[in-house]
Amino acid sequence: MSIVTVQLGQCGNQIGFEVFDALFSDSHCPQGLCSKRENEAYQASCKERFFSEEENGVPIARAVLVDMEPKVINQTLSKAAHSGRWKYGQHSCFCQKQGSGNNWAYGYSVHGPRHEDSIMNLIQKEVEKCDSLNGFFIIMSMAGGTGSGLGAFVTQNLQDQYSSPLKMNQIIWPYGTGEVIVQNYNSILTLSHLYRSSDALLVHENDAVHKICAKLMNIKQISFRDINQVLAHQLGSVFQPTYSGEGSFHYRRNPLGDLMENLVPHPEFKMLGVRNIPQMSENSLAYSTFTWAGLLKHLRQMLISNAKMEEGIDWQVRPPLSRLPTLGKMSLNKEFHFNTSIANLVILRGKDVHSAELGAFKDPALYTSWLEPVHAFSVWKTQRAFSKYEKSAALVSNSQFLVKPLDMIVGKAWNMFASKAYIHQYTKFGIEEEDFLDSFTLLEQVIASYCNLGF
Amino acid sequence: MTQSVVIQVGQCGNQIGCCFWDLALREHAAVNQKAIYDEAISSFFRNVDTRVVGDGGSISRGKICSLKARAVLIDMEEGVVNEILQGPLRDVFDSKQLITDISGSGNNWAVGHKVFGSLYQEQILEKLRKSAEHCDCLQCFFIIHSMGGGTGSGLGTFLLKVLEDEFPEVYRFVTSVYPSGEDDVITSPYNSMLAMKELNEHADCVLPIDNQSLFDIISKIDLMVNSGKLGTTIKPKSLVTSSVGAFKKRQEKPFDAMNNIVANLLLNLTSSARFEGSLNMDLNEISMNLVPFPQLHYLVSSLTPLYTLADVNIPSRRLDQMFSDAFSKDHQLIRADPKHSLYLACALMVRGNVQISDLRRNIERLKPSLRFVSWNQEGWKTSLCSVPPVGHSHSLLALANNTCVKPTFIELRERFTRLYRKRAHLHHYLQIEGMEESCFTEAMSSLSALIQEYNQLDATKSMPAEELPRLSVAV
Repeated sequence: MSIVTVQLGQCGNQIGFEVFDALFSDSHCPQGLCSKRENEAYQASCKERFFSEEENGVPIARAVLVDMEPKVINQTLSKAAHSGRWKYGQHSCFCQKQGSGNNWAYGYSVHGPRHEDSIMNLIQKEVEKCDSLNGFFIIMSMAGGTGSGLGAFVTQNLQDQYSSPLKMNQIIWPYGTGEVIVQNYNSILTLSHLYRSSDALLVHENDAVHKICAKLMNIKQISFRDINQVLAHQLGSVFQPTYSGEGSFHYRRNPLGDLMENLVPHPEFKMLGVRNIPQMSENSLAYSTFTWAGLLKHLRQMLISNAKMEEGIDWQVRPPLSRLPTLGKMSLNKEFHFNTSIANLVILRGKDVHSAELGAFKDPALYTSWLEPVHAFSVWKTQRAFSKYEKSAALVSNSQFLVKPLDMIVGKAWNMFASKAYIHQYTKFGIEEEDFLDSFTLLEQVIASYCNLGF
Repeated sequence: MTQSVVIQVGQCGNQIGCCFWDLALREHAAVNQKAIYDEAISSFFRNVDTRVVGDGGSISRGKICSLKARAVLIDMEEGVVNEILQGPLRDVFDSKQLITDISGSGNNWAVGHKVFGSLYQEQILEKLRKSAEHCDCLQCFFIIHSMGGGTGSGLGTFLLKVLEDEFPEVYRFVTSVYPSGEDDVITSPYNSMLAMKELNEHADCVLPIDNQSLFDIISKIDLMVNSGKLGTTIKPKSLVTSSVGAFKKRQEKPFDAMNNIVANLLLNLTSSARFEGSLNMDLNEISMNLVPFPQLHYLVSSLTPLYTLADVNIPSRRLDQMFSDAFSKDHQLIRADPKHSLYLACALMVRGNVQISDLRRNIERLKPSLRFVSWNQEGWKTSLCSVPPVGHSHSLLALANNTCVKPTFIELRERFTRLYRKRAHLHHYLQIEGMEESCFTEAMSSLSALIQEYNQLDATKSMPAEELPRLSVAV
């Protein structure tokens, strides 16, 4: 089954390119550590999911590129075409002349309705190229105007127009210290709207990925390209084909469905985080070896201590001994160490993957009480290695990972809202104070729900 | 890609405008080596086949034939505009895009605004509509003028109302040169005060500039150039004040160095909209991010570096120095000290070989020494444009919405009051039809209200940030 990707705004398009590039490079990587037949099955599955075929053999990404101004899309198209290995469809983009001005209201209320038909038609065309559609992958940032506002509008439309394919929104959280001054407003408006219309929100924080580039990849002068490549690596390790129940040569046909089934048991809890281990520069890779036991130990500790990467993990954090409610009200100001999960999915790829032991992840203490660990935890093992890493492990987690960042964004937005700063820029295009209040209410609800998982 | 139209009004406006077009051509020639008319160049220039008579000559793509500036030149005296039209830039301007008169405004805002305003309203509208028609997607009007005289100040601000009515969706960015202390025009406080009211009400964004600051910057550069320190040779093209290598060789005029600074300001402001980069910033984002309340739309600007030393390797220490300088009071284009006042919002527009980590490192480093208003503690807007300005490997334009602009306004009010108290020269204004004393008192209240807003914000500077109670929800 195929996934159609919708890339929105500068961020969405820049990342989208790196994602397709990473998927393509990995599927054509000679060091798969498996048999030729296995490799071919993997490649075919990857291709069916993400690429369609063109006459002269150059695969075309199953993607729709949308932006309200032309510079980024032009760059993205030419980068792909220049590589000579894969490209975007000639007619797969929708572009206007003037951007959304970092204004969520403009993206949602002006660009959205104005270009609804054109954009949805473009998506429909891409859908028709698929033999069978698994779902949509929507890549967008929260901080700007197009990705965030138009992204929310498009996701809503997808919900109305396509009832069974699933929608996963890949959202980029901006750096805490401003990229855009009104980023907190744009973020809360985006999140509250997506919560109602998306099936799952897969979140990446710029701050976290930046640290990975600095500490693990040892990059001195970090560019957005570096950040996007790390992100693409993380996404690739989750979305490249994995074995289905039948094992070798048979790859999962319903990746999005399986992911949602495992990770989103309740619509109130949709926020997913990704962790990937190991991550290092290609130079260091040649000199490193890992054991599954070592990798999984680190990954588990990253999960329970809410570490963003495998360096600087707090090993003091332990699961609580009992499930009795603690005295006093749970508040985020208190030192908040232990990360309670609703559900976790671990994806292992590489050598000797069948020998990996994951009992530690099934400990009931890791999970909230309303799901049995057997339902809360799943693992997908695939022998074919990913992107030259002899062994790699990815964790997709529906847990309290994002409570603190979400709480911070809501707090800052609330603070600004109280002074009414910048509100006139939104009311100009039909987003009223009430819409803001609705968003705040919904998100406070989400924060409270996630906070109470520990009880 | 969008287009912008520059409207240069009065002597000052036209002289700055002239420098702007010269440097714009230089910049595009450096970037666009193959002389193809691309989207970047179309933001400020039309491509015209000069053999075609009348209006049909526009060429939308392909090789550059003849570039025409998207500009309207307005002056109520002929001297400056004539000089432009006889000078090396004459081919860049479309002779139909001019409005001139002979007698001048006599340094009288009322003459510029009321007399010439009504006289030329139709013509102005016609030229503006023509310019707009030539644009695929017009985003912005850049108005360049001075505040102290008659034409730039009076007619320039009259234009703002016309633009607002006729093109309500197009942004109005105004570059205003404020009179400095030693201004020799006696009535400049009246002109400036009357113009301020119009700027308050009809501009989207104002970039105030003052001549004294520009002059100080030039003195600093001269000192550097002439200091003869070992190893300090400056790349001539990199001087923010120079037009070396400019497209058309002009005779260096006395105000050229200062005007080039303002021209560079406008080029850097629009660079991320014209050229590609990893974090673009369009012109409509400036207003969105830097104007938290409609009345507070005055932005203090600074350009760094002022020059590039002829080193081959620029260590990152120098890069960080560029960021530090952007906040120093010596680099601001008006007399203001943003570091010791309150920030409402700040934009950093970087050009050239600078990556996101450099930007973040410097923001982290400089943040503690800057005071931001409580509801915008992280009020930074950033952009990265890959194309550096001519002669530099990187540059930074900082735009600050900061209460440090208040002293300029207070001083203006004081100078106005000193004159107005004695009713000096008032009759020159009152004898113009449509002018009454109420025009003056209203302008004064408008300015006082603005100053009061800044005062209120400054009062919050020393208060600790409140922890506002959040919405509580039932779980």
